[in-house]
Amino acid sequence: MLDWSMIAVGVMLCIALVLNLWRLLIGPHVVDRILALDTMYINSIALILLYGMYNGTQLYFEAALLIAMLGFVSSVAFGKYLLRGDIIE
Amino acid sequence: MNFWVELLISVLLLLGGVFVLVGSIGLIRLKDLYVRLHAPTKATTLGLGGILLGSMVYMSHQHGYLSIHELLITLFLVITAPVTAHILAKVALHHEVAMMKRTRNQHHVDTARSQLPPQEQSRDKD
Repeated sequence: MLDWSMIAVGVMLCIALVLNLWRLLIGPHVVDRILALDTMYINSIALILLYGMYNGTQLYFEAALLIAMLGFVSSVAFGKYLLRGDIIE
Repeated sequence: MNFWVELLISVLLLLGGVFVLVGSIGLIRLKDLYVRLHAPTKATTLGLGGILLGSMVYMSHQHGYLSIHELLITLFLVITAPVTAHILAKVALHHEVAMMKRTRNQHHVDTARSQLPPQEQSRDKD
């Protein structure tokens, strides 16, 4: 049962990633694209954690944590650049 | 593995996956950037929280000790998701992204952009 539910959740996450990619491509404004990219970071963290669970290893948590931090910093940097025209003033 | 532990992990994982999927569907289907900001934050907190809780139960059951790594990721995401949403909303406000026609109180947008109090209140004070 656990294997099947993991596969089902993996399929859901992949569909979610494809939908985010669609919004990233069609997004009418730049902010839409940044939002879609941020959501893609979140969904890929979930997918990496699910892969680690599927293999029964704890090796991927550090990778997920790194992606979470990089996603936050890059989204804030994009927002700050659009807001002020510069990242570090 | 015990049946009930497996059922608990499956329910948590499916709950998280459904919330992540709903967040992405909302990102596609909602009409307006300000409304669209609402959907992925649910995916961040509830969806990833469910998946991380399921992973925590699984790893704790498999290795025999309480696994805390996942709480770190949950804590980090819960702290950073509102900051990202706030900055994106601020960028959209300052770039004058068009909002839906049905949005109420649209005349407050200009005063919010220049960080003034709403106009009705200042008129009442006078």
